[in-house]
Amino acid sequence: MSRHTLSVLVENKPGVLARVSALFSRRGFNIDSLAVGPTEHADVSRMTIVVNVEDLPLEQVTKQLNKLVNVLKIVELDTAQSVQRELMLIKVRADADSRSHVLELVNLFRARCVDVAPDAVTIEVTGTVDKLEAFVRVLEPFGIKELVQSGMVAIGRGARSITDRSLRALDRTA
Amino acid sequence: MTEQMTGAQALVRALEQVGVDTVFGIPGGAILPAYDPLYDSKKVRHVLVRHEQGAGHAAEGYAQATGRVGVCMATSGPGATNLVTPIADAYMDSVPIVAITGQVASAAIGTDAFQEADISGITMPITKHNFLVTDAADIPRTIVEAFHIAASGRPGPVLVDISKDALQATTTFTWPVQMQLPGYRPVTRPHSKQIREAARLIAEAKRPVLYVGGGVHKAQASAELFELAELTGIPVITTLMARGTFPDSHRQHLGMPGMHGTVAAVGALQRSDLIIALGARFDDRVTGRLDTFAPYAKVVHADIDPAEISKNRHADVPIVGDCKEVIADLVAAIKAGSVRGDYTEWWRHLDAYRETYALGYETYEDGSLAPQYIMERIGALVGPDAIYTAGVGQHQMWASQFIGYEKPGSFINSGGAGTMGFAVPAAMGAKMGRPDKDVWAIDGDGCFQMTNQELATCALEGVPIKVAVINNGNLGMVRQWQTLFYEERYSNTDLQSARRIPDFVKLAEAYGCVGLRCERPEDVDDTIRKAMEITDMPVVIDFVVHQDAMVWPMVAAGTSNDDIKYARDMAPKWEHED
Repeated sequence: MSRHTLSVLVENKPGVLARVSALFSRRGFNIDSLAVGPTEHADVSRMTIVVNVEDLPLEQVTKQLNKLVNVLKIVELDTAQSVQRELMLIKVRADADSRSHVLELVNLFRARCVDVAPDAVTIEVTGTVDKLEAFVRVLEPFGIKELVQSGMVAIGRGARSITDRSLRALDRTA
Repeated sequence: MTEQMTGAQALVRALEQVGVDTVFGIPGGAILPAYDPLYDSKKVRHVLVRHEQGAGHAAEGYAQATGRVGVCMATSGPGATNLVTPIADAYMDSVPIVAITGQVASAAIGTDAFQEADISGITMPITKHNFLVTDAADIPRTIVEAFHIAASGRPGPVLVDISKDALQATTTFTWPVQMQLPGYRPVTRPHSKQIREAARLIAEAKRPVLYVGGGVHKAQASAELFELAELTGIPVITTLMARGTFPDSHRQHLGMPGMHGTVAAVGALQRSDLIIALGARFDDRVTGRLDTFAPYAKVVHADIDPAEISKNRHADVPIVGDCKEVIADLVAAIKAGSVRGDYTEWWRHLDAYRETYALGYETYEDGSLAPQYIMERIGALVGPDAIYTAGVGQHQMWASQFIGYEKPGSFINSGGAGTMGFAVPAAMGAKMGRPDKDVWAIDGDGCFQMTNQELATCALEGVPIKVAVINNGNLGMVRQWQTLFYEERYSNTDLQSARRIPDFVKLAEAYGCVGLRCERPEDVDDTIRKAMEITDMPVVIDFVVHQDAMVWPMVAAGTSNDDIKYARDMAPKWEHED
């Protein structure tokens, strides 16, 4: 098994997320992470889906996704050729004694402290999966009270855009 | 054209504009507004069925008999959920139908309102696409898109769910409308490089097979297939969905592959060095155990749906495209090539399989009826110009094996989904689409009891179909598996139809049809002829047959095609090749 990052451009219509996630469950594919949000074009949403599958099932899932009428385009993003980020908010136990240690780690990881209470701090951190995992490991000794993490979003490196051609197709029908 | 009207009127107008002449359905609360303008339509005939499942299968039968999109209509909630089975059936067999359902008013959606069901959510995995329309202005465009999606590319069912308030609202009807489907672009034109590569493999192959599926008939490509077969001399096998696409009587036709295929067809695939799959999908009923399927074969796989290619079996040469174009291009490429394959040795093997292991069946000394004999006689007397439908089970396999199909589209049945009860409503739909054709439903006594309420529809609407009930008093195919794999423990398969509960002759008469019964081989021809003479009413024939008749050959589920049996415990001797 290996992790693959798919960028899926979809029509911004009700029920599209349900269609995509239902397809994954029906065809027996597991989603590691899924993030969906708007793009620079109001009629297009972008999903970043991380799947853990062999190459052959990946081909099948891509073909099946392509058959969904609301799916405009699918691009697999290579890890080396793309920027991949997740966002995490972590609430860590930190009183007067330990707070400075925690803040030192926040600086080391280029994270940000977004809320402070007498016995806890809340930290915002973005980065790759590896970085976030490492950050969680170093914070664990202090006591993690709560943690929330977004799905991964990713974008290809360089000047080329995956949305150009799909948007042209969309403009033609508008 | 621009006109003020209600959403319901816009719906009926749009249906008329896209060329709908027949709709099968049942009204109810949420769809009621649509039935009012439908009452006035001069172009659309609404057929009031007795159960929504019947409407769905009738739409499938209509679609397959005519090549056009079949239409069914139902109300919200249970009306819509009763369409789920035919929609799933149409999805599995790529049948173009549009199902129109009423939905509760948009303000009530999500509140568990009376007769509310999330039918677009329910049918998401069994439709090619579906729509929920809550704005009257969207109705005409949605109808055009639904028909386009259903009929183009790989055909399939599309559901349009319309809220009651959208049907009631006033809107401006404008025609023509512009479709908005930026993500829908089916590929029909095959890649020329792939065609050349396929032609090269065909020229090199020693033991090629043309594995023909339902996609060839859906592409209306029987003539092209015929030319390809005659040009190359390659043996042809036709799947359950492709029966009739290539004439059964043709010398190169080896029959049907798969679980109940001929030894010659199954053996040809297993020994083949090149499978040319055309509009077929390597279904498990064809391949048997996948890891032992056709171990020596390279695969050329042509299909309009890219997702079918290399889904189950790796394709060495994938060709995405419409089979009509693919086969025509293949013919041209082969004609342009200098080398032709020599299959003399291959045919020697295949002819030996065909002669040694021809389809056959048991006859009974006690004078009881062999179901296979009935199929042979119906095929001989009714002939190849008729349309035959079947339900699912033993009778379906016998109908496939023994009737004899010469014309594309002459056998309509439920393949992928295996939906019992398909035959009668599908025959009704087929007959309404093609009133010029004789339409015979071959049904089992189990299947028949699931959907025979549509006989009332047939009698009242003047749809003179013939129904041949192969009555062995049992859920025959399940009983066959119990005989073979469950030590003859017949758990819940005895329907006791042999006790005439119900009496199918009386049942037919109660529904305003003619009922006939036949219990002896010597009466079969006369009974069929008698049925053929009645052309103004539906006819039901209760053929009471021997309950132990089995379908052979058989590849047991989950086993290898190599382990096919042509009769109980009788395995063919394969000639080993080096």
